[in-house]
Amino acid sequence: MRRTAGLWLLIGLAGYALLPWYMVTGGVLSFGWLGDLSGEGASALLWSLSGRTWLWLPLFGFAGAALVLALKRDQLQTARGLVASGAGGLALMAGQGLVILGHGTRFGLAEGASQPGMGAGALVTAAGLLFILTTGISGLGRGRGDAFITGMVGAIVALVGIFVFYPMAFILVSAFELKGGAGFGISEFFPRFFAPEIWSTACFTGRGYCGAAMNSLILGLSTALGTTLLGLSFALIFTRTAFPAKKFLRVLTILPIITPPFVIGLALILLFGRAGTVTEFFSDMFGWEKTRWLYGIWGVWLAQMLSFTPIAFLVLIGVVEGVSPSMEEASQTLDANRWQTFRYVSLPLMRPGLANAFLLGFIESLADFGNPLVLSGNENFLSTEIYFAIVGTVADPAKAAILSLVLLSLTLTAFLAQRYWLGSKNYATVTGKADAGRHAALNPVLRWTCYLVAIPWAAFTMILYVLIVFGSFVKLWGYDHTLTTEHYKRAFGIVHRNGWHFIGSAWDSYFTTLTIASLAAPLTAAVGLATAYLLVRQKFFGKDAFEFSTMLSFAIPGTVIGVAYVMAFNFPPIELTGTGLILIIVFIFRNMPVGVRGGIAAMSQLDRSLDEASITLGANSATTLRRVILPLMGPAILAALTYSFVRAITSVSAVIFLVSARYNMATSFIVGRVENGEYGIAIAYAAVLIVTMLLAVLALQLVIGRRTLRRADRIEAH
Amino acid sequence: MTKGSVRFDNVTKRFGAVVALKPLSLDIAPGTLVTLLGPSGCGKTTTLRLIAGLEAPTDGRILIGGEDVTHLSATYRAVSMVFQSYALFPHMTVAENVAYGLTVKRVPRAEARERAETGLEMVGLKGFGERLPSELSGGQQQRVAVARAIVLEPEVLLLDEPLSNLDAKLRRQVREEIRQIQQTLGLTAVYVTHDQEEAMAVSDRIIVMKNAEIAQEGTPGDLYDRPNSAFIADFIGDANLIDVEVTASGKETEIELLDHRLRVPLSGVSSGPAKMVLRPHQLRLSREPGPVTLPAEVGYAAYLGNSVQYTLNTPAGQVFAIMPPTANPFRQGDNLHLGFDKEDIRLVPA
Repeated sequence: MRRTAGLWLLIGLAGYALLPWYMVTGGVLSFGWLGDLSGEGASALLWSLSGRTWLWLPLFGFAGAALVLALKRDQLQTARGLVASGAGGLALMAGQGLVILGHGTRFGLAEGASQPGMGAGALVTAAGLLFILTTGISGLGRGRGDAFITGMVGAIVALVGIFVFYPMAFILVSAFELKGGAGFGISEFFPRFFAPEIWSTACFTGRGYCGAAMNSLILGLSTALGTTLLGLSFALIFTRTAFPAKKFLRVLTILPIITPPFVIGLALILLFGRAGTVTEFFSDMFGWEKTRWLYGIWGVWLAQMLSFTPIAFLVLIGVVEGVSPSMEEASQTLDANRWQTFRYVSLPLMRPGLANAFLLGFIESLADFGNPLVLSGNENFLSTEIYFAIVGTVADPAKAAILSLVLLSLTLTAFLAQRYWLGSKNYATVTGKADAGRHAALNPVLRWTCYLVAIPWAAFTMILYVLIVFGSFVKLWGYDHTLTTEHYKRAFGIVHRNGWHFIGSAWDSYFTTLTIASLAAPLTAAVGLATAYLLVRQKFFGKDAFEFSTMLSFAIPGTVIGVAYVMAFNFPPIELTGTGLILIIVFIFRNMPVGVRGGIAAMSQLDRSLDEASITLGANSATTLRRVILPLMGPAILAALTYSFVRAITSVSAVIFLVSARYNMATSFIVGRVENGEYGIAIAYAAVLIVTMLLAVLALQLVIGRRTLRRADRIEAH
Repeated sequence: MTKGSVRFDNVTKRFGAVVALKPLSLDIAPGTLVTLLGPSGCGKTTTLRLIAGLEAPTDGRILIGGEDVTHLSATYRAVSMVFQSYALFPHMTVAENVAYGLTVKRVPRAEARERAETGLEMVGLKGFGERLPSELSGGQQQRVAVARAIVLEPEVLLLDEPLSNLDAKLRRQVREEIRQIQQTLGLTAVYVTHDQEEAMAVSDRIIVMKNAEIAQEGTPGDLYDRPNSAFIADFIGDANLIDVEVTASGKETEIELLDHRLRVPLSGVSSGPAKMVLRPHQLRLSREPGPVTLPAEVGYAAYLGNSVQYTLNTPAGQVFAIMPPTANPFRQGDNLHLGFDKEDIRLVPA
């Protein structure tokens, strides 16, 4: 404990005395600050000496820790001293940051002072203080006395606190902002929260449009129901029938996951819009009237069904496969027929999976931004309303905050309802032990129902994708079907004139997207799997709250996160808007829950005695993690990496608030093209992204997959 | 205290409201093999994990080799453990598994390999180093687990039900090997099992646990010959427990069994109701009544080749007896007479 604490003391002090305390232009890795050590690149020590006296504050933490290490000999006293110094130092540091801002101070303290956003020096100082604190906590006997474990818990709690809870607090606060800058108060909150423009049910009575929340709710429930049923049909076809083209179906179910948003919406418009191919066809052949039926809740619903069914399928196939065949066989030996077996044994055992798929569909639908943006017509949806409240002609952060709270309350209610419902029942049948036997086949009626539901859907998806490719090669879909590669040239043109030049308009955002996605993916996987490791393998105080808070960001829709980040990180103490870092961070905390879930599932299958064997053989937790657990988690790491990479490329809802001229992302570039009506380029870009992601996923499979192949069948510790 | 001793000083362990271990004190002498024996849930595995450092005690002190290790994490304790599931690392070869503890302690590579080879040789697996654990049989995997634990030359070797995944015949062979290695290396070993025969076969001493505390401890002979309770008598070897009344005590004890009065050569027994312990093979059956016999009707007879087992209905309750096979075995429904030697009788509190 003493050595670890001493080490962090030195690191923290180095950060305090040597690194630039504030953000520097060009980023700390450019080392431009080395030439300006007394100005922008000054460390906290230099700033304190030159007038910013409040920067002495963090030093108290280090001084305390140093005194404790020098004077105390008793283990428990040292530990308590370290905890107090670490916590005190962090509190003082956070306090000065929150009070003294860029444009003045809060609460009337230290009038006249101001400072820019914290930078690398502050980061290292805070890390030093944090790990002094957690090392002290380990010395108190928490986390089995392992400083590595308490440090990991501390780091994740701090990160989730800063990047999930802190921004959410801003949303909460600005929801209570009064109009016209009149300060804060509760008087306007409830009228605005329950305003008819949000909750109106007028569309049921036929007297106008429903409120945004009503529309989102109806849409969410229909999408969740639809995707769950379709996903179940697919899962049943896969596991319980002899359907011949399973492989092909599988590809079709993966495609929508790697499809950028808008693409499906666009393809639908080009087919069923007023000037769409199909609409024209029926109008010419049968004289049907051209309507705008696609623009509205049912058009959005159709697009969401196409986009989110694969997610339901992926959740459900695991569950459907997980129902132990021996239970179905037991049912059959008890003289139940296939239908009864399915109805009374298999289906009830799939309930948690169905609930999960439903919840996912609901949250995805509510958070979905791309499809409503293109297809909503005159109807309002929460996610797009939030966007327009921020970027519209009259920016109204309070309205955005209130709408965000409405959206958040819907998703959180669903999340909590599901947890409560599953928490009270136990359906576990997967014991981790392979059991022999075969799944019961479906009875003919059910089988044909599944075929009839799933196959037309699959055919529709396929046609859509063929058309997307087609659309990217014609001049103007619907009007001029001359084949051309002009869209690709404009977006991805390269000329060779004194070296290679990437002159296409999309290259910038394409490279930015790839860089950010490849940086975010490993970090997301690392944070997610580390959290999973703590949740599965370690016991510590407050574990339930810890688990809940890491899952929380899953229930927060992207638009809400985007708004929250804009509000929280636009000014000191943490000023990140306009940087690439904020994009990486938002991806990490948006996608982390999936890594956590995947990691938990994978780690639960590893016998705990493997870790214990390693520990009793003299390895510490860090070595155990590195040499025993990680090598056995190949598939989970692969899944987390793939997922976070793909999500970083395709997500739009949070990103659209956070991109800047310098760091533009592919999806927001596509939004721009769609808004300008340049559908050809948008679709061509999307096609390139799809191919890129496919290649990346395959490459990941090759790199990580091969190493794990040899071990895949040897997970059990026998 | 010398190297290799283990000492518990009023150690307790609670998981929330559940008491896994009542205040427990024990001493394990260096170089001995001590078994923790008991039914499941008795606290024996918790005790073992406390020695390993995989659990921290709620209260009390743990000393290994005379040093207080109560707050020392498992990583730094000089103990190693053989797990019930073996816990071989599936992604490492046998040699890598055995060398694991050495490599994490930064023993030079060549030395680690050499010591791992010696370890494998000791358990009779020379030349298996390049295989993966999944390519070995259950018994071989078990030996790898033992090799992996002993190459570290631990002060104390812990074995958690090491044989429970092996079939009956292999079990006898492997337990003999484990005992031999323990004696060759002079290791202190703590062995957890719920199988009393296994415990009797390998142990210097046995600590029988029940309900989170020690029920009795002693050599295998002590426990078998002088059980201190009906639980021990029944748990260590089969026993018939027959209700009797102690009517007089002193140098000899007088007991009343139905309408018989017997003087048995036991001293220091208090008067009152008690249970008489008779082992199944200590009983005699005959068609003729003797001086001290009970009428017995054969309720069930099972022929096992080298013996015949009888379940008998007597006025003192059901009795279980094992007889050598005879040319003319008794049959179900036969009315017989059950006899025994006074010297074989043991008494335990009712």
